[in-house]
Amino acid sequence: MVHADPISQFDIVGISGPLFRVGGAPVAFTNSALLMAIIVGLIVAFMLVATRGSMVPGRLQSAAELFYEFTAQTVRESAGNEGMRFFPFVFTVFIFVLCSNVLGIIPGSFTVTGQIVITAALAGFIILMVVFYGFYKHGLGWLRLFVPPDVPGWLLPMLVFVEVVSFWTRPISLSVRLFANMLGGHMAMSIFAYFVAALLFGGVWAVISPFPLLLVVALVALELLVAVLQAYVFAILTALYLNDALHPHH
Amino acid sequence: MDATAAAYIGAGLACMGMGGAGAGLGVLFGQFLHGALRNPSAAAGQRATLLLGFALTEALGIFSLLIALLLLFVLK
Repeated sequence: MVHADPISQFDIVGISGPLFRVGGAPVAFTNSALLMAIIVGLIVAFMLVATRGSMVPGRLQSAAELFYEFTAQTVRESAGNEGMRFFPFVFTVFIFVLCSNVLGIIPGSFTVTGQIVITAALAGFIILMVVFYGFYKHGLGWLRLFVPPDVPGWLLPMLVFVEVVSFWTRPISLSVRLFANMLGGHMAMSIFAYFVAALLFGGVWAVISPFPLLLVVALVALELLVAVLQAYVFAILTALYLNDALHPHH
Repeated sequence: MDATAAAYIGAGLACMGMGGAGAGLGVLFGQFLHGALRNPSAAAGQRATLLLGFALTEALGIFSLLIALLLLFVLK
């Protein structure tokens, strides 16, 4: 009898033994670290090869330019021309999340963005960058972001409170959205894959086992769409939040 | 109550949240079609916004699915 075990694909296991210890916790080279190293290596190799720069772009260069143009347009639309100084950052985040989402779909690989610690670190870094850059650029005047204009005085404290709370829940929603999409999607795929095995070994039920298999194929297609869309959503929300650091006026 | 039974009931309850996501997606695509059929020439330019809305709405359904799955397979 096979048992459904959709969560073990997210287990972090050490490939090496514990290298050293930080405060009693072992630090090892894990499958998550390996996948991240592979992702960064792939991106760097792709960009190095694709941007050697010729006047007539080849296939690889066209692909790289497509990514570049797409992200640049997204940043320009949501954060204005000033936002383009953050373009390298948004581009890096977008490509990293896109690659980890898409590589995670390959059966047997590991989904880096299915770990809340990765997405929370990304989102926390983004929100801290917004705060620090906002204060650096506008000084204390940046706090106007939390004060909606043209509001009667008695309502103002409540609205400021709501604005501040909504600002600080942004990293939570940003990280949980990506993490939950990856975790939920991959768990659903694995559960339907378990149906195939359970039916196959279930005697006469083996006849209908191809149906969940077809469903798994459809789910992989949906996951591919979700992987690309969530990377896009992550990038566009990053650009929108950076826009708040650049232009605190409503 | 038995903790496992409570977890199963909770998983069922969590799935009710998907109804909200379903309603949201219906409104999203329905309204898009409503506008797109009135002014088909402007529809192509709004496809990115549509997909963004789809991803944001669908994420909420995934949240409730996630709670259900966690209750079923992780916290038992």
